[in-house]
Formats: sequence, structure tokens, C-alpha cells
Amino acid sequence: MMVEKKKTTTKKTETKKQEAKKVAPVKQEVKKQAAAPAPAAQNAVAAPGATTQKDARIGVFICHCGTNIAGSMDIQAVQDYAKTIPHVAYVDNYKYMCSMPGQTLIQKAVKENNLTGVVVAACTPRLHEPTFRTATKDAGLNPFRFEMANIRDQNSWVHMHDREGSTEKAKDAVRIAVAKAALLQDLFPKSVPVEPAAMVVGAGVAGMQASLDLAAAGIKTYLIESDMSIGGRMSQLDKTFPTLDCSQCILTPKMVDVGRSEKIELMTWSEVENVEGYIGNFEVTIKKKARGVMTPKEAAAKGIVGGGCNGCGDCDAVCPVIKPNVFEVGMKPRKAIYINHPQVVPLIYTIDFNACVKCGLCVTACGPEKRAIDLNMQDEFIKVKVGTVILATGYDIFPIENKQEWGYKRYENVITSLEFERLICASGPTGGHLVRPSDGQTPMRVAFVLCAGSRDNTGIGKPYCSRFCCMYSLKHAHQIVEKIPGCVPYIFYMDIRSFGKMYEEFYYRIQNEGAKFIRGRVANILEDPKTKNLHVYADDTLLDRPVDMEVDLVVLAAAIEPKADTNRTRKLFGVSCSQDGWLLEAHPKLNPCGTTTAGVFLAGVCQGPKDIPDTVAQAEGAASAASIPIHMGEVELEPYFAQCIEEKCAGCGMCVNLCPYSALSLVEKNGRTVMQVTEAKCKGCGTCGGFCPGGAIWMQHFATPQIVAQIDAFLLGGEE
Amino acid sequence: MADNKVWKPKILGMVCNWCSYAGADLAGGGRIQYPPDVRIIRVMCTGRFDSLFVLKAFADGADGVLISGCHFGDCHYLEGNFKAAKRMFMVKRLMKSIGLDDRRFRMTFVSASEGAKWAAVITDVVRTINELGPSPITEFRK
Ligand SMILES: Cc1cc2nc3c(=O)[nH]c(=O)nc-3n(C[C@H](O)[C@H](O)[C@H](O)COP(=O)(O)OP(=O)(O)OC[C@H]3O[C@@H](n4cnc5c(N)ncnc54)[C@H](O)[C@@H]3O)c2cc1C
Ligand code: SF4
Ligand code: SF4
Ligand code: FES
Repeated sequence: MMVEKKKTTTKKTETKKQEAKKVAPVKQEVKKQAAAPAPAAQNAVAAPGATTQKDARIGVFICHCGTNIAGSMDIQAVQDYAKTIPHVAYVDNYKYMCSMPGQTLIQKAVKENNLTGVVVAACTPRLHEPTFRTATKDAGLNPFRFEMANIRDQNSWVHMHDREGSTEKAKDAVRIAVAKAALLQDLFPKSVPVEPAAMVVGAGVAGMQASLDLAAAGIKTYLIESDMSIGGRMSQLDKTFPTLDCSQCILTPKMVDVGRSEKIELMTWSEVENVEGYIGNFEVTIKKKARGVMTPKEAAAKGIVGGGCNGCGDCDAVCPVIKPNVFEVGMKPRKAIYINHPQVVPLIYTIDFNACVKCGLCVTACGPEKRAIDLNMQDEFIKVKVGTVILATGYDIFPIENKQEWGYKRYENVITSLEFERLICASGPTGGHLVRPSDGQTPMRVAFVLCAGSRDNTGIGKPYCSRFCCMYSLKHAHQIVEKIPGCVPYIFYMDIRSFGKMYEEFYYRIQNEGAKFIRGRVANILEDPKTKNLHVYADDTLLDRPVDMEVDLVVLAAAIEPKADTNRTRKLFGVSCSQDGWLLEAHPKLNPCGTTTAGVFLAGVCQGPKDIPDTVAQAEGAASAASIPIHMGEVELEPYFAQCIEEKCAGCGMCVNLCPYSALSLVEKNGRTVMQVTEAKCKGCGTCGGFCPGGAIWMQHFATPQIVAQIDAFLLGGEE
Repeated sequence: MADNKVWKPKILGMVCNWCSYAGADLAGGGRIQYPPDVRIIRVMCTGRFDSLFVLKAFADGADGVLISGCHFGDCHYLEGNFKAAKRMFMVKRLMKSIGLDDRRFRMTFVSASEGAKWAAVITDVVRTINELGPSPITEFRK
């Protein structure tokens, strides 16, 4: 396809020079600051103030973004205006600046017009700064000679009906960007070596898959799991839609692989305590919670030959304390010394010290050979260095009792889908027999309430769709039809969202198996106090009539929510969250595994609701992304370091305490006390630069003269 | 541009790359409309803002200045926004002492997921500055 060609080249004209003169006083002031004496040649090439503005020749490239930008503003007016901005030596516009022809246009213009800097007025630097930096580099300039004016995301898209306002704002944005571009310097990213190891936090199916992939790629991987076993929610499920394969059958082999892998260092009953460093060099402190039981390895380290826990369960048999088993959603008892279920990996017992009465019976039962139990075990803190991290911390079930109208926890025969999974599972508390909690009878009429707390704008539930409830409820309907002849599932739904591969087909199948579908949100559930049967009240919106249905059991497909400690986790790793509290990806479409912290990636439901196929796919994506820096061996850090302009530094030391990363220190130089930056520690926030009373700190790429030039360009530059 | 007689407020916004700038982009993605009177300068963190930038802006004729960053505890660099907030109070005190209404300068916290909040903040900032009218400094310079 031929590309539309529209080219308007501008050379600097005489009139332009005159205009430049008008704003000269301001510019001069800037120049003076910019030409501040360079600090000692710590960074010979990019010494502060190396560029004077006089010789800057900037090219401005305005993107239409199809009609995204061009539809809301007058591109020609912006272009005509740009020609009048001091230092602008070339202006052009194009339909898609980021496309190949667009980038070629930039490169050609730079070469033909001897440009010293590039300004692209287009979308947002958060999307395309890397793209245009590469284009700038390919044009033969230092990539940091590029500056972007955001005229789409923060202009044309938000002022769609104000053509004049939007055009004026774009002109200003271009002028501000040119002012900065004229003062930009060559910068050289620092390469740092990458620690050849990775960490995965959370060992649900997401974390396990990611760890297995990393291990297969030859990377040493620390897998941190807060629970006593790996497996996550998937190990609580009976069968999985739409193929109906048994969850344990596809998961346990993976669990065994994880436990056996030489490359995976599995740490269960452990949590991340502290994180320092940056991509390539994270230093993570892990808290190994006191488990009260030693693994054979730990026992060997203590000189107990052939000792340690072998999972025999003799302790479990004698322990006098009984507690509800959380893994079985409280429907089965466990002891104070316990395992979640027989297939746990690693097969090591754990003591719940909140429940343990320290009677010592288990110690005796374990015996003098194994000596696995240590009732005085203390938490241990271990430091490891890793290059990259994957967060895979999964989800919790929304406390559905908050929706009081459905009576969960008030009526015995109202259960959640997770409880249903355990009840229908052969290894569950009832050996796979679905029974009514009130009387142990087999239910013959079961109501499934979908979107229980999901798609709920009342402020009590969650506004989002939990994405797998429709499908697992269809699965549950199938399971009861299959297991209990004559039992009828009634599915109360708003919409059935069966969007995945073979999911719609699964929906038809369940319809044909005799499940009854009632379209309408359940308004209320009331219990018949005598029979403990339940009356489900809803509005059938297809037949337009109220429904009062008596059933034996109600299953609430409860919404899911982020783990309670998600905030703590994300703050440890400097990751943001979205409005709903799920961990925030770097870009919803183009970078769904990345985060805003370089080197930290996301996998599974912690990033947002998703079923097992999507979870595993994202885990493999995250593992691949996390392995790239490790295989490259080094990463480039953005060179936004602070630098000290020693001539200006009074050695007051105020900045030293301000830096959150202890990157600054005071040193003696030529008989004076001056500040010194440890570049490897500096993350470039600019907090020191924002404070220094003497203006002695040069923030690369965000230097004071550059910012002042932007302010002046906005406020003074426009006044002709 | 020159013969534009109607007064339009000149408002400078300095926002951090990780939260507010991202939130502003999100407002764009959601096509949430707001008035076009604020010009944005992007810095990595609000900690970068120097009190002098704000004073310079007012001296240059700004009618309002907005600093916007991450919520407390969410700063990409741990605590840059705390340091910025401290400076904000100092600048506000200074403004009052020279008779400049301190409502012309504001610091807000908008996260990367708060596109709607960003639009609301800008709408409110523009409304406030419109109510306050042109900066007395601009009048004085005339
Ligand atoms: C009732 C029900 C039925 C379902 N049925 C199906 C189905 O049939 N088919 C299907 O595809 N999907 C189904 N799903 C969805 C499925 O459960 C999820 O897609 C899957 O479990 C997500 O895996 P994950 O690894 O992301 O999260 P999780 O399974 O939640 O794993 C997260 C792991 O991280 C650990 N962790 C959390 N925080 C920390 C921390 N701070 N430090 C260390 N470790 C931590 C947790 O202990 C856990 O082990 C169902 C869900 C429910 C509720
Ligand atoms: S605050 Fe400025 S003057 Fe004081 S030590 Fe730091 S760099 Fe030097
Ligand atoms: S820019 Fe931030 S990280 Fe770097 S030295 Fe200054 S305060 Fe520390
Ligand atoms: S990074 Fe947003 S305020 Fe510091």
C-alpha cells in the first residue's frame, strides 16, 4: 500500500531569528545556568551543562494518529506555529509517526537538516518514548536527544469537543517540548550485570508454571510460598472446566516436578520480608516462619543423620488439639500439627503455633531417630540475590456473608462454590458425596446463584466480573446431574459468559443435560426453619415474572478479591494496583506481564481474575520476560542519575539525608567538603535535586535549567 | 493567539511519571473530558519539584500551579511525595505572606488507575483559578 505523502519542510528563516531575540533575556538566564561548571569528569561524555542552546536545531514531528489526534485539533495550525518556535529547524507531520515510514521520515530529516534534537508530538511517552528514542538513535543522534509532546492521551482524547482549546494546548505542548529538547544532552545508559537467578512469589498454578519454565531455561529460581504446601487454589478444585479433567491429576505431577527440580529452591511457610536494589540486583530478605518441624536436609545440617520429617503422620495421630482445616474450608478437622491434604509438596508437617499447647506428645511420637520436631524453633531470615522477580500471589474469596440477603453463614444450607468443590471432591470431607450441611441428606434441587458479589455496584460487592464463576457453575451443574440421578440444578444468572475456547459448546452441553436457567439476579433467600429448605426469590427477566423457588441447597458463586496482604506485597516491590486492588500491569495490552518496576513481572489472578488456561499462559509469558535480562547477562539502567556540581556545593549535607536510597555522601575534595553520588544506588527520583539550596545538583535529563526552560516556554514564550 | 482577548487561565502542572502522569493517560484512554487549560511538565517524581519552580512560574505569570503525584505510601521512590508535600506547605506559607492566594497552588494525589479522579482534579483546579481570576502578579507587571 502506498503511503500518503504530505511534506512541508521548513528552514530557519530570518523572521524566526528575530522572534528568538525577543525572548532572549529569559533564554540567556537559562543558558547561564546550563553552562554551569561541569563536575569532575565522573561521566566525561555527559558532563552537566555540556550543551549550550545557541546551536540547537530541533525537528518537530506531529502525528495524526489516524484521526485520533487529527480529528480533534488543527494539525496544520500546530505545524505552522511550530515553525515559529525558536530553534525549530524542521517541521513535518504524518498519519502514523510510529510506523516504519514515520520513523524513516524522522531519520531522513535529522540527517538532511543536521538536527540536534527530535520532538515528536503524538501519544504518550509511556507508550512510545522507547520507539522514538530508537528512531532518534538510528538517525545518528544520542537517543536522549528526544522529547515527546503528549497531544493525544492528554489532549485530543480529553478535549474532543474543544477544537480551539485542544489546538492551543498542542501548540504550548510543542513549545514546551522544544525548549527542553534544545537543552538535552547526550546520555549513556549504565549497564549493570544481572544476578543469574530469579524469584517467584506465590506457588499456585501460576507460580509453579513460571518456576518450572525458568528452571527449564536453566535459571536458578527461588519459589516463595506463604502456605505450608504449594498448589494454591487449584489444589482445592475437583474437576476443571471445560474438559472436566480432575484438577489433582493435572496439578500433582506439576507439584512433584517443582519439588524435585534441582534448579528450584522451594521455600514454603515463608514470606518476603524486605526488598532492596533494582532490576538485575534485587536483594530480597525472606522470612522462613518457624514451622516447628525440620526437613531431612535441615536435620542433617544439625547433625541428625537420617532424621527429619518423612511425612509418616505419627505426630498428627497423637496431637490433642483440634482445629478446622482451612484447606477444606473448615469442613474437616485438623490437628495443631498438620498437613493440608495428603498430596502436599513438600510432605513436611507444620505446627500451628497459635494452637499448639506444647504438650510434647508429638516430639515423643516422632521418636529419637527422626527428631524432626523442634517446639522452640524460631523464625529465620534469609537474604538472597536475584535478577528478576515474578509475583503470582493469587486471590481470596470475597466474604459473601457481607451480602446479607443471601443468608450465607445464617442458613446452614447456603454454601459457596469453593465449599461445593470440596464436598464434590472424592478426597474431600465427605468423600465426594454432596450433602446438605443441615442434615447430611442428598439435595435433589440445587440453586446456583451466579455473580454473587460480582458485577455489583451497590458498594458492598465488587464492580468487576470474576470471570470464572459462570463456567465453574456450569461445571458444578454437570457434576450433580452426573453424580445424583434426578437432581435438578437451577442456575440463576445475569449473563452466561462462556467466552473461551470450547466454553460456549460446554454451555450448550449443560443446557442439554437438563440444567434449568433462570435469568435474573436473586433478590432474597429465606429459610424454612422447619425443613431448612430455602426459598429463592428472583425476577425472571425473560418471562417477566417473579420467581419463588424452593430448593434443598443454594450454592453462591462468590466473587473473588485480591489477597488481603496485596498492598504489603506490592509496596515491597514498588508495584501499583488498579482501582479494584489487583496488581497493575505495565500496559493492559502491550505489556500485560510487566509492571512499572523494571525486573518485576506478574502472573495469574493477582493481576486480575482469570481461569487456569489464561493463568498458565500468563505465567509462561512472565517466565519468558523474566528470563530475558538473565540471559542477556546485563541490563541498561536509565541514566537519570543525580550529579554534583562541585563548584556550587556548599557541603551542607542536607541532600544526604533526603535520599531514600543512601546514594549520597560527603567527601573531601581539594580541601573542600562536597557531595558525591554513588550512581549504582541512585534511582533518579530527583528528591535531592528538588531540595539543594545551592542548585548544586544536576539531575540528568530533568536538570533545573531544562525544567525552568519548560516553565518559561509555557509562560513567557507565547507572549509575542 | 495574540489577539485572543478573552482571559484564559494559565496553569502549570508538574506531575510524576508513575502515578499522576499515568492516571492522566488513563483519563485519555477512557475519553473522560476535562477543560484544556493546564499544561503538563513530566518529572520522574514529585520529589523533583523545587520550591523555586513554583515561584518562578508565578513570577512568569502563571495563574495557578498544580503538583500531582502518587498517594502517600505509593511513591515509586518510597517517599518523594512526602518531601514534596513539606515543600508545598512552605511555598503556600510564602505565598500568603506576599499576598498571593494560596488556593492558586495545589498538590494532589492521583494514582495510575484514577483516570476519572484526574479529570475531576483538573476540572476543579480550572474552576478555582477561574473564580480567582488573573494572578495579581500579572496585573502588577502590567
Ligand atoms: C470455586 C472455584 C472453581 C474454579 N474452577 C475452575 C475450573 O474449573 N477451571 C479453571 O480454569 N479455573 C477454575 N477456577 C479458577 C482457578 O482457581 C484460578 O484460575 C487459579 O487457581 C489461579 O491460580 P494462581 O496461581 O494465579 O492463584 P492461586 O491459586 O490463588 O495461588 C496463589 C498462591 O500464592 C500464595 N501466596 C499468596 N500471597 C503470598 C505471599 N504474599 N507470599 C507468598 N505466597 C503467597 C498462596 O498461598 C497461593 O498458594 C476456579 C476458582 C474457584 C474459586
Ligand atoms: S544539599 Fe546541595 S549543597 Fe548541600 S551537600 Fe547536597 S549537593 Fe551539596
Ligand atoms: S536522585 Fe533520588 S535516588 Fe538519586 S541521589 Fe537524589 S535523592 Fe537519591
Ligand atoms: S513517583 Fe509519584 S510521587 Fe514519587
